[in-house]
Amino acid sequence: MTYLLILPILIPMLTGVVSLVFWTRIRTERTLSLIGVSALLGVAVALFLEVWNGGDAQILTMQMGDWPAPFGITFAADLFSAIMVLLTGTIGLMTTIYSTVNIDRQRVAHGYYPLVNFLLMGICGAFLTGDMFNLYVWFEVLLISSFVLLGLGVEADQLQGTLKYVVINLVSSTIFLSGLGILYGVAGTLNMADAAVQLAEVAQTRPGLVTTLAMIFLVAFAIKAAMFPLFFWMPASYHTPPVSISALFAGLLTKVGVYSLIRIFTLIFVHDAAYTHRTVLLWMAGLTMVIGVFGAMSQMEMRRILAFHSVSQVGYMVLGLALAMSGAEIVPLALAGTIIYIIHHSVVKSNLFLISGVVRWLRGSAYLKKTGGLITTRPYLSVLFFIAAMSLAGLPPLSGFWAKLTLVQAGLSIGHSWIVAVALFTGVWTMYSMTKIWSYVFWNKPKGETSPNFEKPIDYSFFELSVHIAPILLLVVATVLLGLFAEPVIAVALTAANQLLEPSIYIKAVMP
Amino acid sequence: MILPPSEQPDNTPTPAPLLGLNSVILDTAARALLPLLLLFSIFVLLRGHNDPGGGFVGGLVAGSAFALHAFAFGVQQSRETLRFSPRLFMAAGLLIAAGSGIYSLLLGHPFLKGIWSETVVLPAIGKLGSPFFFDVGVYFVVIGVVVTFIFTLFEDANN
Amino acid sequence: MEFLLAIVIGVLYASGLYLMMQQSIVKLVIGLGLLGHGAHLLIFTIGRVNRDVAPIIPADSKYLTGAFADPLPQALILTAIVIGFGVLAFTLVLIRETNRAAPAITIAQHEQDSGDVSRT
Repeated sequence: MTYLLILPILIPMLTGVVSLVFWTRIRTERTLSLIGVSALLGVAVALFLEVWNGGDAQILTMQMGDWPAPFGITFAADLFSAIMVLLTGTIGLMTTIYSTVNIDRQRVAHGYYPLVNFLLMGICGAFLTGDMFNLYVWFEVLLISSFVLLGLGVEADQLQGTLKYVVINLVSSTIFLSGLGILYGVAGTLNMADAAVQLAEVAQTRPGLVTTLAMIFLVAFAIKAAMFPLFFWMPASYHTPPVSISALFAGLLTKVGVYSLIRIFTLIFVHDAAYTHRTVLLWMAGLTMVIGVFGAMSQMEMRRILAFHSVSQVGYMVLGLALAMSGAEIVPLALAGTIIYIIHHSVVKSNLFLISGVVRWLRGSAYLKKTGGLITTRPYLSVLFFIAAMSLAGLPPLSGFWAKLTLVQAGLSIGHSWIVAVALFTGVWTMYSMTKIWSYVFWNKPKGETSPNFEKPIDYSFFELSVHIAPILLLVVATVLLGLFAEPVIAVALTAANQLLEPSIYIKAVMP
Repeated sequence: MILPPSEQPDNTPTPAPLLGLNSVILDTAARALLPLLLLFSIFVLLRGHNDPGGGFVGGLVAGSAFALHAFAFGVQQSRETLRFSPRLFMAAGLLIAAGSGIYSLLLGHPFLKGIWSETVVLPAIGKLGSPFFFDVGVYFVVIGVVVTFIFTLFEDANN
Repeated sequence: MEFLLAIVIGVLYASGLYLMMQQSIVKLVIGLGLLGHGAHLLIFTIGRVNRDVAPIIPADSKYLTGAFADPLPQALILTAIVIGFGVLAFTLVLIRETNRAAPAITIAQHEQDSGDVSRT
């Protein structure tokens, strides 16, 4: 069954290539992409079931070209990777459905669909590879696709946002590359499992060197994950492209950075958790949560608010990672909280971005002060937004509640009550921002200038409306179901966390 | 943006055909060098089987051959000489390269494992194997990419 | 040799970062390029600088014997250079397009143009 490992990369690649052939034939490209992304989701489900049914120690591996590890490139899927690929398939399908109405002909004619497929290929590759340099290559694949997707347009706003995004990501890539060079010099290997073994030896004699290396990678991945103090690029760029692109980015791109952080800080850099986890990661997580949520308070545009919230939510994810190794003993529950949070956040945040797109589509603007009154004209949309927003704020019984509860519980169990207090405090302010959007966009009577469409909501065709609403509805159902059936979700996350926190399983699977 | 102007929907009047440098020496040299360079690129590609060389370098040589052609005769004519859009070269190359990996996957081996034929022995390079097709794929991708770069920059400079 | 290369790497990083701190966008891109070269040279140096033979197994033996050069750093650098080249080309085109849409020489001017919409 190991071929399931390579299919999440091959399917988007082949879809992208065939779309290249059918360049400018919009209808064909759309159909192809929908088929391709659905197939990706199907394969992701199969991969997840395969890994999940295999039990605690099941990790699928494949040695590319049959070169044994650590000499060749290894692909490996533990439960965490499988969950991430599953998320990629889900968010990819939802945004692709939405993009059939949201992306204009001009953008499709300039390669929107091949690029999205190559982006998905890069994301899946990053989640599945077991080799540090290969991770760098997948990062570049997804970055280049995201650069072009973000810059696909002629508006000054969009291009300026793209410029910031490109420059900061290039810096991060260079730092990553420098880290790789030093890793190779210190450990003599780039295979993650082998590096874990080698660095454990090096750390006994020269712990400072290994910690320095850990910090270099931390900076590189923290930029991609948009953590404090390296997050400024995200609110500057995520609100500029068409909504289905920002939804895709918000759901998946920062998660690649978080995934890499979790991978290296559970597998490779575990020798000095008191410093790396309890000091650096914990402080960064706390500050990311607070600064992100305060940044959101000052914004008055829906997508900028959401982007700042993404920053703050990344803080929660890293919080779990930090807590897992901050106590006297390892706390799998904290890492499980991180995994639940990642699932929850991908589902909810992409959804909120999609809703902001519908708001703009209905009202011609997403500035809070230029909208309003949607509760009377679009009650169903309002309900969908309300559920998603409350889930983000962490109200029971939605998915966000369980994600936060797990983290809080884990934090209290090892006596880090101050960071728990920060997390809860951040939750309150998340609620404030969501309420702000709710009251401005949906509840209030429109104030000030209104767009010409406002007085008479235009009649959209049933098809158009259903394609706009269907992905949002499905994602809202997902967040409700994740909340109502929290027990199996937590069980899956705990198994994944246990796997991650027991690196010997991974090392044995890669290098038998 | 970032795309060759020829890809954009055609609603502007077509600009005058892009001409090359109109130098007799360059024209004659380019006419003679194009087939030679292409032949050389294939030599480099095949040589990569056992010695330094390979698809990447071969593709660069072939791509630069078309760049030279475009300098001499203009992009329009180079596109006609190339016959297929550079994009198709990329797509075909990716398909061939991926196909060489999928072939071993279908036989139940890991992705990209080299599968060597025992029966087919080619004169210049020896045993035929799936890595050869991977190299051919890379060759076409690199041609496509280089030619796209050159043509786009060239057309842009002329506009 | 390593000592000399280490100094060169340091100079490349320092000048790259210095240029990136400047306001001009063109200097920013040059800085990025220098930073990339610094990283490539770092991998090259760290892969041990020596004069041994290429690691190709002779036709009449099954294993490599004697000293040989590590081929991996070269492969890594080649990959990184190709990627860096493509990305830098894209960045240049992007800067030109941005300039066409909103003329500006420095990042700060771009900020003023439309950076923070919430202020308006």
